[in-house]
Amino acid sequence: MRVAQPRLAATGYISLLLILLVVLMSSPWWAGSSAAQMQFDARLMPPSASHWLGTDALGRELWARTLAGLRISFWVGLSAALLGTLIALTLATLATLSTTLDALVSLLIDTLLSVPHLILLLLVAFALGGGTQAVIIAVAVTHWPSLARILRAELFSLRHVPYVAISRALGKSRRFILVHHLLPHVLPQCMVGALLLFPHAILHEAALTFLGVGLDPTQPAIGVLLADAMRYLTGGFWWLGVFPGLGLLLMVLSIDRLAAQLRRAL
Amino acid sequence: MLDARKISFGFRSQTPLFSQLSLQLERGEWLGLSGDSGMGKSTLGKLLAGLLQPQQGEICIDSKPLPSQGLRPVQWLPQSPELAVNPRWRVKKLLCEAWHPSESLMQDFGIQPDWLSRLPSALSGGELQRVCVLRALAPGVRYLIADEISTMLDPITQLELWRAVRKVADQHHLGVLVISHDTALLERLCTQRLHLAQGTLAMVTTLETP
Repeated sequence: MRVAQPRLAATGYISLLLILLVVLMSSPWWAGSSAAQMQFDARLMPPSASHWLGTDALGRELWARTLAGLRISFWVGLSAALLGTLIALTLATLATLSTTLDALVSLLIDTLLSVPHLILLLLVAFALGGGTQAVIIAVAVTHWPSLARILRAELFSLRHVPYVAISRALGKSRRFILVHHLLPHVLPQCMVGALLLFPHAILHEAALTFLGVGLDPTQPAIGVLLADAMRYLTGGFWWLGVFPGLGLLLMVLSIDRLAAQLRRAL
Repeated sequence: MLDARKISFGFRSQTPLFSQLSLQLERGEWLGLSGDSGMGKSTLGKLLAGLLQPQQGEICIDSKPLPSQGLRPVQWLPQSPELAVNPRWRVKKLLCEAWHPSESLMQDFGIQPDWLSRLPSALSGGELQRVCVLRALAPGVRYLIADEISTMLDPITQLELWRAVRKVADQHHLGVLVISHDTALLERLCTQRLHLAQGTLAMVTTLETP
């Protein structure tokens, strides 16, 4: 039973994530424009049968806004995680080409890791002028170093494995060795790295947006919803913060747990 | 002729394993190399195959330096075949990394057709070693450095493996350096045996052609 438990847990997280994704991705069809539709006779309504998760200060349905926010968060997180992984893999590969490049890449990794990344994240997002693209780029360029360090170490240890030396002796080019021997070996690490970066990126997107340098305030992003909720929290309008927050927690947790299971399995 | 001229080598922060060491291997010659553990037999083998660079001296083939690109004319066969193969590649892909051996050659090496679709983990050490040896015998290879390749095999498999190597080596006039602890094996296979101790090579025996 002990052996079966992690697999059972992984299946649970995958199913949870799949359900969440199906609901999120299909919501534009069945939710229509409810996320943006204002109802001035139904402002700040608490959760009820007619308003499932309540409404905000402009009378917009919170369930629709939460779903739309999670959908934006998902795409931003996915793009940032993939871009970050791509940067990490590219730089780790470059580091294996020569000692000079390796010194440069290592210096870059150490420099970035020595700066608190939230500050760097804010600076980059601010410098790029905010918006979806800025958030994706900011998260990606500040979150590749730890993965790059792991991949670099892995690629370096592989270079001295006998089968790589033999492949070179058999006349194989650097490119062949990279594509056929080295990269397939680090692909699992890349996948786990991307999956672990994913929830992190979503949280940072929400944080950046909450702090005002992220997504456009007119977009129903989770960070925007949470920032709005702050203004009404003291008035007792708890649903404005709780439901978007819970949705974010559910998505981040399910991806993070799935990544942890995958890392253990690989 | 594979010619190591006054080569010196040592791993960092250690006294040199050997210095000013010279060794010649003719094509068609079978040369044995014995020595105690840690004396640098395998290191010498890797140097001769160009997998390590000597700190002094040079290694030449027919007076030209070892090529750094393309198929190397000196191939190194390590003791553990498990480390010599990409664990994710199937046997057919492994075997054909540099060239496509004929079916009759595969038969000589006792490689069964059904192994080709398997992963290396599904072969025994002896079976995998035969795959590794055949992989290294690409056209253009003139010297083999066999580093304890039969140490882990049972006597019958050893005999089969060496018989197959002998057949190919004779056909293609390959020079073979056999590295082993087993002096009896070296005396059976080789025309000469060198002993490596304290950084120097000593000619031990000149044996009759087996």
